[in-house]
Amino acid sequence: MQRQAAVEARGARKVYGSGPAAVAALERVSLEIAEGEFFTLLGPSGCGKTTLLRLIAGFETPTEGQILIGGADVTADPPNRRPVNTVFQSYALFPHLTVAENVGFGLDMLDKPKAEVRATVAEMLALVKLEAMASRRPTQLSGGQQQRVALARALAPRPKLLLLDEPLSALDLKLRKEMQSELKRLQRETGITFVFVTHDQEEALTMSDRVAVMSGGSIQQVGAPREIYNRPVNRFVADFIGETNFLQGALEEGGFRLASGALVTLSDDARGGRPSGAAATLAIRPEQVRLGAGGEAGLPATVSETVYFGTDTHVHARLADGAEVVVRLQSPPSGEIGLSPGAAVTLRLPAEAVQVLDD
Amino acid sequence: MASAAERLAVSDQTRRNWLLAAPALILLLLGAAGPLLVVVAYSFLKPGEFSGVTWEFTFDAWIGVFLQQDIFDETWGLADAHLAIFWRSAKLSVLTTVMTFVIGFPMAWFIATRPANKRAIWLFLVTIPFWTNLLIRTFAILEVIRNQGVINSALIGLGLIDEPIQMLYTDAAVLFGMTYVYLPLMVLPLYAAIDRFDFRLAEAAFDLYASRWKMMRRVVLPIVRPGIVAGSILVFVPSLGAYVTPRVLGGGKNMMIGNFIELQFGQGRNWPLGAALSMLLLIVVLGALLLYVRVSSDRAGERHG
Ligand SMILES: Nc1ncnc2c1ncn2[C@@H]1O[C@H](COP(=O)(O)OP(=O)(O)OP(=O)(O)O)[C@@H](O)[C@H]1O
Ligand SMILES: [Mg+2]
Repeated sequence: MQRQAAVEARGARKVYGSGPAAVAALERVSLEIAEGEFFTLLGPSGCGKTTLLRLIAGFETPTEGQILIGGADVTADPPNRRPVNTVFQSYALFPHLTVAENVGFGLDMLDKPKAEVRATVAEMLALVKLEAMASRRPTQLSGGQQQRVALARALAPRPKLLLLDEPLSALDLKLRKEMQSELKRLQRETGITFVFVTHDQEEALTMSDRVAVMSGGSIQQVGAPREIYNRPVNRFVADFIGETNFLQGALEEGGFRLASGALVTLSDDARGGRPSGAAATLAIRPEQVRLGAGGEAGLPATVSETVYFGTDTHVHARLADGAEVVVRLQSPPSGEIGLSPGAAVTLRLPAEAVQVLDD
Repeated sequence: MASAAERLAVSDQTRRNWLLAAPALILLLLGAAGPLLVVVAYSFLKPGEFSGVTWEFTFDAWIGVFLQQDIFDETWGLADAHLAIFWRSAKLSVLTTVMTFVIGFPMAWFIATRPANKRAIWLFLVTIPFWTNLLIRTFAILEVIRNQGVINSALIGLGLIDEPIQMLYTDAAVLFGMTYVYLPLMVLPLYAAIDRFDFRLAEAAFDLYASRWKMMRRVVLPIVRPGIVAGSILVFVPSLGAYVTPRVLGGGKNMMIGNFIELQFGQGRNWPLGAALSMLLLIVVLGALLLYVRVSSDRAGERHG
């Protein structure tokens, strides 16, 4: 039996505006997030991530469908009656209050006794390592410090659910890495369910227990980072997460017939019971393609370009029909891969690394 | 480091700027400080026989503002009548300020939360009364509330009352009129402050379990405080010296300071007393303004220091 869902969306749909100006921001999204999970909404700009978060927080009411928190239908509840707190992208710290007053605000509103508020504020400031800043005002803090205050403020009332809308996007790379591990630590220590929004796929893959990839207002795929990366269900997900080679062709009895004429063997899993004759797309990650010398068994190809990335080198190779395949190799110690444009090579696509996507 | 020559050039420049500004400064001095000095001087003179002053130095006028001598036993007592007028003026001005805030805040909030392209029209509507002469606006109110006015006629016509309700010539009438007249002065600075308010903060408060009321009190009001203070000053100061509205709607007996001062220069024939009262009014207003500067620079300090 599955654990109780911390939050559930049932066919939640959101249309902004009305008449000809109506914008459907979210298309009947159904989703269950388990208790204690670090769940990430990932997708390009404008795909509806913030909208879904605002529906959960209660800032927007769904046009259709329901939102359940801890099994209770909260669709009609305003934000101040939901056991949910938000870390806003803009932080939205209260400029007229000190750091400590900001952190204590939620507990204050819940009419907790003063002593308890003080103790919790101290605890939260320690958690985000800002004890020394308690009496400062938000404007006197750096971006990273403000971000931590926002986090402490949202955690202080011990919500069942913490929503984070791209909380790290305003930070520089180094601080961002630091805050990523800090967020993970906080989530582990508090055991609170995190719903995290980002459009950074690396952030999503490294931090999350599960990821929902969104596009155009709907969820394309939900799964653990490995599943999303290795078993993308459609071309959008495969393309959005990491890099992928796409090759056109059709299914045959023995495997996948590429447009260039070569036949690629498929695992049963990748084939997924698709009938022969169906047109489809074959997908394979650049690091999974095996590169051999010209004339070996496999797909003959010609190197068109090599690009040096430091740890990796990308080899762009062209198949007989002109389709380009990128191969990622670890750079050798010398940094020279020893392949110049025009060199003949052989590509092998291991059956266990090949995916078939419906067109 | 600036060289000596440079510094000299700069001070030369400064001197030239002063010279250029001199005509304006002289005009300003004559136009603003001059009359004020005359008023100060008059407040220390004796009243003339019919009007004006006689040039004889005395504190009588200033003493007369606060104290009066009994005609029969010549003992000194507080000038009850003056104090009553001061008290009524202060009370009505404070009440006017409170009323304009109570009515003006929801108005300003409403306007600031309209879509950007609709706000201009609402602001325009708020300022319309400004386009009409104050006297005409005040007489319009008189027409509405007098015994044979719109309200009483309507109520009698509907059979709800037999006798007209006495609304004109009451403090309530003055308060009503002043609230109406000064409302835009409260709404505009409030609007400017609310317009700058980041509504995401309201969302954050709401997210942190604040009710609507607590969100207003704990987040919105403290942040828009400069607007509230500015609006209050803009309403309080002219209310305190209001002349037309209390005169028309309050009649002869419900005087405010403005009317009382006018009385001294007219029928009262006591110019020095009028001058002393004017100065006192000025001092009170200056005090209020200083308080404003203190309060608003406190806030700036909070933000930066
Ligand atoms: N208040 C609104 N009124 C009208 N349309 C809106 C509103 N808010 C969002 N939208 C539209 O809804 C769609 C989804 O917006 P949303 O803010 O959820 O995207 P997002 O995934 O959070 O994007 P980003 O990564 O840029 O923050 C967009 O097309 C956006 O233009
Ligand atoms: Mg967003």
